[in-house]
Amino acid sequence: MSVLAACGSGSGGKATLNWYINPDGQVTLNKLAKDCSTSKYDIKIQLLPASATDQRTQLARRLAAKDSSTDLMSLDPVFVPEFANAEWLAPFEGDQADKVLDDDVLKGAAETVKWDDKVVAAPQWANTQVLWYRRSLADKAGLDMTKPVTWDQVIKAAGDNGGTVGVQANKYEAYVVWINALIQGAGGNILDPSTVEKGRDAKVTIDSKAGKDAAAVIRELAKSPAAQPDFTTSNEGTSLGQMFPAKGSGEFMTNWTFVYKNYEGLIGKPGGPADKKGFKDLGWVRYPQTVAGEESKPPIGGIDIGVGAYSKHLDYAKAAAVCVTNADAQTQLAVNEGLMPSRQSVYDSQALKKAYPADLLTLFSQSVDQGGPRPKSAFYSQISSAIQSRWHSPTAVGPGTPKKSADFLSAILKGKALL
Amino acid sequence: MSTTYIQNAAPEQSPAVDSDRSRAENSLARKLVAPALVLMLLVTAFPMLRALYLSMFDYSLTAPDDKEFVGFQNYVTALTDWLFWRDTFTTVFIMIVTVAFELVIGFAFAMVMHKVIFARGVIRTSILIPYGVITVVSGFAWQFAFSYQNGFVNSWLPFIDTDFNWFAERNSSLIAIMASEIWKTTPFMSLLLLAGLAQVSNDMLEAARVDGATWWQRLYKVILPNMRAAIMVAVLFRALDAYRIFDNIFVMTAGANKTESISFLTYRQVIEQFQLGIGSALSVLLFLSVLVIAFLIVKLFKVDLADARQEN
Repeated sequence: MSVLAACGSGSGGKATLNWYINPDGQVTLNKLAKDCSTSKYDIKIQLLPASATDQRTQLARRLAAKDSSTDLMSLDPVFVPEFANAEWLAPFEGDQADKVLDDDVLKGAAETVKWDDKVVAAPQWANTQVLWYRRSLADKAGLDMTKPVTWDQVIKAAGDNGGTVGVQANKYEAYVVWINALIQGAGGNILDPSTVEKGRDAKVTIDSKAGKDAAAVIRELAKSPAAQPDFTTSNEGTSLGQMFPAKGSGEFMTNWTFVYKNYEGLIGKPGGPADKKGFKDLGWVRYPQTVAGEESKPPIGGIDIGVGAYSKHLDYAKAAAVCVTNADAQTQLAVNEGLMPSRQSVYDSQALKKAYPADLLTLFSQSVDQGGPRPKSAFYSQISSAIQSRWHSPTAVGPGTPKKSADFLSAILKGKALL
Repeated sequence: MSTTYIQNAAPEQSPAVDSDRSRAENSLARKLVAPALVLMLLVTAFPMLRALYLSMFDYSLTAPDDKEFVGFQNYVTALTDWLFWRDTFTTVFIMIVTVAFELVIGFAFAMVMHKVIFARGVIRTSILIPYGVITVVSGFAWQFAFSYQNGFVNSWLPFIDTDFNWFAERNSSLIAIMASEIWKTTPFMSLLLLAGLAQVSNDMLEAARVDGATWWQRLYKVILPNMRAAIMVAVLFRALDAYRIFDNIFVMTAGANKTESISFLTYRQVIEQFQLGIGSALSVLLFLSVLVIAFLIVKLFKVDLADARQEN
């Protein structure tokens, strides 16, 4: 017993808080852990596996066993409802709730940490997708990029001018990100938002006009010459090389915010622009519209910091969570690691304006603010797998896909089918 | 050394007289066995009963408040789902193919280990090395071997393209998985068969040779029949093991391209999706199918298990 007790309380009566982080931005996160440690507690970093699924599994196993040494955890926003519903997260209350979720937090990011009218996590950084493209390719196609563009326009412009369209369509989470954004862009939802929090009793609404519009976009790209060779197994990394290819006119690509720093670091190197002038050819606009005239709903990602409900040091852990998600911490993450802030004030800071073009910062913050979340359900991981199983392969997607996936998803939620 | 075939014809002894002494001995025996029995019940019966209990519920670890009694609904769901049957078929296929290969190769190895005169220790040890390798390690090793980027299999097989991706579709993935499984567990099979070989009396083999039996005749008429019990134990153990195949699939394909086994399906329901209800139902079904397979094999070989232990 004495050994165990010594383990938990640390040396000299100082508490140790374990912070389970995902591998993104480790250097800065280690620094934040040090900076946010006080005379009362030390924050110790524990590394989670690289894949989001494995991260979730490992944390969930600990929390299901009421692990008291899981104090802080970095969570992908889609897993927050699941963890909150299982009461594995200690909600922020009073002053602290106001601090982690004030008016400064962008709407899209703020939505991800609310569950059952409580603030169950603190947004640390926010991710979103925009449409990255070669300005020369858009010019060649005569596409006016100052106005919102649609998927249809982008696919035709690329296909007719020797370019391609990069997306994420392998059988994994980011494919659901794409499908969800397409459906929301057409004014629909995978699950009815007013019933989604009811878990198994949520109403499945993917079999709708919006679902069919989304399927039509995927079908159009699958059949277009603009589809990339590895379309059916594409991920965030595979389409990066098609932007500045040795031959061809480049691509339009929907991808996360890391793309800018990625190409900036590749100037003059393989896979990147030849020189600074080539880098200037990289353009960015808001996520394409599914239906002309209807505002797009850019995907939202990022990381929220949760406090383990069984932690022995709840007060310390909550204070630490506030510290590692404050404006200063978010500035460091953005400038050093390219992980974009969830607070508007950080986008407006001088440090960020030096690191990114002003119009790109505006586009990022706008996209996070107006983006669309994936279904906020305690059963999200099942919902995601069910969608993947009926929408993959993208080459087989057609007008019947929404109906098929709706039937399967309903059966899964009711426990009437195996996943 | 007597063989299992020369059974004693001695008449069954009449049941022992219930003397005070034997009664006391029996009672002592019961007391001595009791603690072990209780412990066994605790560690095996409790989880089994708990799985049986949980399988009657719609129970997700992430929505503990929604736990609901559903009777046999989980079993109906599993048994009426094509996914369950597809995975069962995959598992049975893997089991039959791997056990068949292991039996043949394992028997050859057993013969070598049995007959070898020189460097006996070295040869026996080297045959057994794969069995000492952890399955996960073996899975990774074979995954690298079959990888088209840095593996050697493609360059060794003349009829295979050098950039053929073994893990891109079902059949080739299954071949890779089964190769790893066979490589890893054949030594176990040969070890069990070696024990059987050692039981075959040399006198009988010599008698057969004197009678002019060829090598094949000696194998089919003398060695194999006398080894039946050992073969049955080897097949039974390996078949039950193979039916629960998990590690190689987890490492090599993670169940992609329809290479999922029943164990893997169960794992995904319980560990990945935290669906304790349906997961427990699948575990119970897995347990039942293992019983069925054991029963079928025992019936098929018509061998009394006690024979293998030479209790008769």
